[in-house]
Amino acid sequence: MKAETVRESNVSESSAKPVNDMGTRKRGREKAARDGRNSRARSGLYALYRKEMADHLHSGRFLIVLALIILTSYASLYGAVSNLSDAVATDSDYIFLKLFTLSGSTIPSFTTFIALLGPFVGLTLGFDAINSERSEGTLNRLISQPIYRDAVINGKFLAGATIILVMVLSMGLFIGAVGILKTGIPPTAEEVGRAAVFLLFTAVYICFWLSLSILFSVLCRHAATSAMLGIGLWIFFALFMNLVASIVAGALYPINDTATVGRVLDNYECQTMINRLSPYYLYSEAVSTIMDPTVRTTNLVLPQQLSGAITGYLSLGQSVLLVWPHLTGLAALTAVMFAGSYIGFMRREVRSR
Amino acid sequence: MDVTERSPGIEADTAAMADAVVKAPFSQTDAAADETGKTLSGQEPDAAGEGASDWAAASDLTDASGRRPIIHTEGLTKKYGSKVAVSELNLDIYPGEIFGLLGPNGAGKTTTTLMLLGLSEPTSGKAWIDGKDCTREPIAVKRIVGYLPDNVGFYSDMTGRENLRFTGRLNGLPDDLIEKRIDELLEKVGMTEAADQKTGTYSRGMRQRLGVADVLMKDPKVVIMDEPTLGIDPEGMRELMELIRRLAADDGRTILISSHQLYQIQQICDRVGLFVEGNLVACGKIDELARSMQQEGVSILETAAFPDDAGFRELLQSLGNVDSVERTGDFYVVRSRYDVKRELLRRSLDAGYTLSLIRQRENDLDEIYRRYFEEAGEEHEGGDGKRVKRFGIFGKAGK
Repeated sequence: MKAETVRESNVSESSAKPVNDMGTRKRGREKAARDGRNSRARSGLYALYRKEMADHLHSGRFLIVLALIILTSYASLYGAVSNLSDAVATDSDYIFLKLFTLSGSTIPSFTTFIALLGPFVGLTLGFDAINSERSEGTLNRLISQPIYRDAVINGKFLAGATIILVMVLSMGLFIGAVGILKTGIPPTAEEVGRAAVFLLFTAVYICFWLSLSILFSVLCRHAATSAMLGIGLWIFFALFMNLVASIVAGALYPINDTATVGRVLDNYECQTMINRLSPYYLYSEAVSTIMDPTVRTTNLVLPQQLSGAITGYLSLGQSVLLVWPHLTGLAALTAVMFAGSYIGFMRREVRSR
Repeated sequence: MDVTERSPGIEADTAAMADAVVKAPFSQTDAAADETGKTLSGQEPDAAGEGASDWAAASDLTDASGRRPIIHTEGLTKKYGSKVAVSELNLDIYPGEIFGLLGPNGAGKTTTTLMLLGLSEPTSGKAWIDGKDCTREPIAVKRIVGYLPDNVGFYSDMTGRENLRFTGRLNGLPDDLIEKRIDELLEKVGMTEAADQKTGTYSRGMRQRLGVADVLMKDPKVVIMDEPTLGIDPEGMRELMELIRRLAADDGRTILISSHQLYQIQQICDRVGLFVEGNLVACGKIDELARSMQQEGVSILETAAFPDDAGFRELLQSLGNVDSVERTGDFYVVRSRYDVKRELLRRSLDAGYTLSLIRQRENDLDEIYRRYFEEAGEEHEGGDGKRVKRFGIFGKAGK
């Protein structure tokens, strides 16, 4: 209490004096006072971030998701390792990457699993971020504290993103470690680089779903509604987007017995472009490019365009260049969702439950 | 809840507070007032900043006894679409005062408190708390204003202590101060024993008391409470009222309570403002309001008789100058222009009724409130002329 009093009186002195003081000193002191205020407001963000992290780590929901992810990575790793020797017999390069991309006879590969389950992780972390605070009656208590309102969303997003990053990285390390122990072949620098880019992509992909679910939690009053919306979109993008794309492309560029080559190409391109609106497709395409150095393009290539090309592997830099649009696209989608929830939250009047 | 055991502890604590802690808010207030004074008399207009110069332009707010309002609003208006939630609110609340904002649900009380906290933007008009513009400097305002929302909620998987710690951190307080203050406040609201239980297990009264501790974490100059007495049992209510009164009397904090439970508020408020459909229809000390009502000639009689049949009601209605007769529980409430006791005694005797109760009701807040509410309703139907008159009488009453 004493410390507080002393500091408060200092503040009031320094803001009371300037009236009689020289302008420069006054401005200096005002700046100092403003910095002090800013740092106190920022400490609000830090306090929120800490609390959200603790909440995530202690929640049973998070443990379930973690268990699910660990189980699936173990299963996919098992499938990959059991099929590894066959695959190495045909192509013995980039064995380390095959741990991530090889699918067992019945078990999908790790990348497929993540593309499917990643959204689930993001949705779980964020679907009740704001509306549960509202229904518990803590939101108006929270925003009547001297913090900026955006700190609430920022804190929640940052905490969720940190959890995602840690989860993805530890998954990557787990698979890498088990793979090295199992195969006994150390990865090359390029393989490590490719795996790192893959993990970064995965983190951004899951963050997109996190920001989407936070947006829903701002817009919907009930946590159940926002969860349903998120799950609906997830299933749509993962299962039905492909269907929709082929229907639309078929309607725009119908292929019948008399269709020209140009028409067939148009149809395919249209289908791809529509598919690329889906973050699920975007991520899958990017990951298959990154994890497979033989992929040279993500678009359709005709045999005559390939004439004279030497078959070989792309370098990491070239692969990254190929999927750069995918990364910016995913990041932009995340930013748009984030901005949406930001605007929605700022404009909403917060009343009691 | 064994109150008799705890009370001495509270008393002792109060004494200790008076010695040690209480001085802080007072000295701060003095310093702040001093500062404002300097700013106002200062020669550099830009030194004060925009908010403060508006505060100065709001001119001489000091009243006859030299008090300066800590909460001040000018023409504060909030509209939702075409619906006016708060209309042209002019309010002054002075340091150390307990002010009751009364009105039925949906009268605009919560909207007013939200605007004071900068959580809701007024359609027009302005509000200042301690010289800070509530709309433009919400962070500065929130630093000195504690808000106890209606039906306060806590993070149910955190303990009471953890919840308070979180609030302290949000306010950017240093850790050692947070721990010290948590212990003091838990003691003060009588929650020390339950402090390490999860708040999900708390009863409503406990949540409310923790809410008071939570509000005090930032050591606010002004405390705004929204329906603090809702859903609390009578004993809890008594303790809460006692606590609120001590906050104002011992710590010198200004307290704004919004409520529709008139009786409790009546006990602790220095002044009240009556809100009806977004308008402040009356504002002042309760006895002042009562006195002005008596001048208008309202007499309220509680009465009951044996045999208690329909004939007695008719008899009551037939008395001269009776406005209304209402049955409340075991007795009738008779409203009339002047005292009808005599007439009632005589006529009930004639009609063969034995009066078992006859009591003149004092003008309490309930009645005052009822009158204003009825009149405000009439005014909305009628012209504006009458309302101007009302404001003429009561608008000044509180100042």
